[in-house]
Amino acid sequence: MEIGAIIAGLLTLAIYSFLYKDNPVYKAAESLLIGLSIGYALVIFWQSTIVDLLVKPLFGEGKLILAMPFVLGLLMFSRFSQKTSWLSRIPIAFMIGAGAGVSIPAMLYARTLKQVSASVAPLFNESGALNLSEMVIVIGLISTLSYFYFSRKNEGAIGKVAKVGTYFLMIFFGATFGYTVMSRLSTLIGRVEFLLTDFLHVIK
Amino acid sequence: MRNKLPLIICLISGLIMFLQYFSKHPVSRAVYSSILDWWQIIFAFTLLVGAAAFVKVSLKGLQKKGEGKYKAIALAGVVVMPILAIIGGNKLGSPFLWVFENIQAPMQSTVFSLLAFFVASAAYRGFRARTIPAAILLISALFVLLGRIPISEYFSEWFTRIMFWIQDYPSMAARRAILIGIGLGSLTTAMRVILGIERTYMRGE
Repeated sequence: MEIGAIIAGLLTLAIYSFLYKDNPVYKAAESLLIGLSIGYALVIFWQSTIVDLLVKPLFGEGKLILAMPFVLGLLMFSRFSQKTSWLSRIPIAFMIGAGAGVSIPAMLYARTLKQVSASVAPLFNESGALNLSEMVIVIGLISTLSYFYFSRKNEGAIGKVAKVGTYFLMIFFGATFGYTVMSRLSTLIGRVEFLLTDFLHVIK
Repeated sequence: MRNKLPLIICLISGLIMFLQYFSKHPVSRAVYSSILDWWQIIFAFTLLVGAAAFVKVSLKGLQKKGEGKYKAIALAGVVVMPILAIIGGNKLGSPFLWVFENIQAPMQSTVFSLLAFFVASAAYRGFRARTIPAAILLISALFVLLGRIPISEYFSEWFTRIMFWIQDYPSMAARRAILIGIGLGSLTTAMRVILGIERTYMRGE
C-alpha cells in the first residue's frame, strides 16, 4: 500500500475521532493541520508575491518605486513593539483606503445595479400570458428589500409587504441550507470512498 | 501625526483608486495596476506578521502543561513546509506538494465533511414547523435536499424541477435583495472609511 494513502487514511480517522468526543488524537491532528496550513500559505505567498512581485523587480530589475510597498510592509512588524505599534497603521490605512476606493464602483456595479437590471425582465410572454416566475422575482425582491428598510417601523402596508419578504427570506435560507448540507455530504462521501478504496481496500 | 498621517494616506489611496475607475488613460491604468501590486505585497507582509505572531504565541504555550505538545506539533507544521520548499521546491513531485496532497488536503476535506454531521444534528433539533416562516424554511430545504439526490428522480422528476424553480426564482429574489443590501452597505462603509468617519482600524482613535 502506498505510504501517502496510509498517512492520509490515519489522519482522516484521527479527525473523525472527534465525532466520538474531543480527544488527544484529534487535537494533535488539528494542530498539525493548523501548522501545515500556515506553512503552506507562507511558502505560496513568499514565492508568488514577495519574490515575484517584490524581490525580483526591486533587486533584479532595479524598480526602485517598489521600495515603497517594501517599507510599508516592514512597518507592519512594528506591531510587535508597543512604542512603535502606531506605525503599523500606515500600511493598514493604505490597504483599507485602496480597498475602499476600488470597492465603491465595484459594489455599485456588481452588487447593486447588476442585480437590479437582472431582475427587470418582461412580465408578459410574447403570447401575452403573464410570466408568473418573473412576477415572483419582482414581488420577492421588492418585499425582501422592504423588510430591510429600517428607516420606518414595519407597520401598516410596509409591514405586510415586509412580512411577505420574510417568507422569501425563509425560502432562501432553506434552499441555502439544503445546498450546503448536500455539498458537505458529497465531501463526506468522498472521504468515506477514499477510506474504503485507497486506505482499507474494501472496495476495488 | 499618529492619527492624522494614516487618515491622510487612507484618503489619498482611496481617492486615487476611486477616481481611476472613470479614466481609461494609460497612466491611470498603470497607477491602478501598481497599487494593486503594492496591496498584494503589503498583504503578504501581514501574513508574515500573522505567522510570526502565531510562532510567538505557540513558543510561549510550549511550557504549558497539556497544551505544550499540541503547540509543538503546530510549530513543527509551520517550520516543515518552508524547509521542504527550500530543499525540494514547490513544483509537481516535490516533497512540499507531497505533504500538501497526502497530509494537508485530506485533513482539510475531512474537517470540511465533519460539518455534515453537525449540520444534520442541528437540523434535526432545530427544524420544527411551529410557525409559517419555519414551515416554509423546512419545505424549501427539503425540496432542495430531495432534488439533489439521484434517487428522487426515480420517484418523480418533479423534485428536481421544483428544486431548480425554488433556486432560480423565489430564492434568487431574496438573494438579490440581500446582495443589493450588501452592496449599498459596503458602498456607504467604504465612503465613511475614505472620509475618515469610520476609524475602526485605528482602534477608534
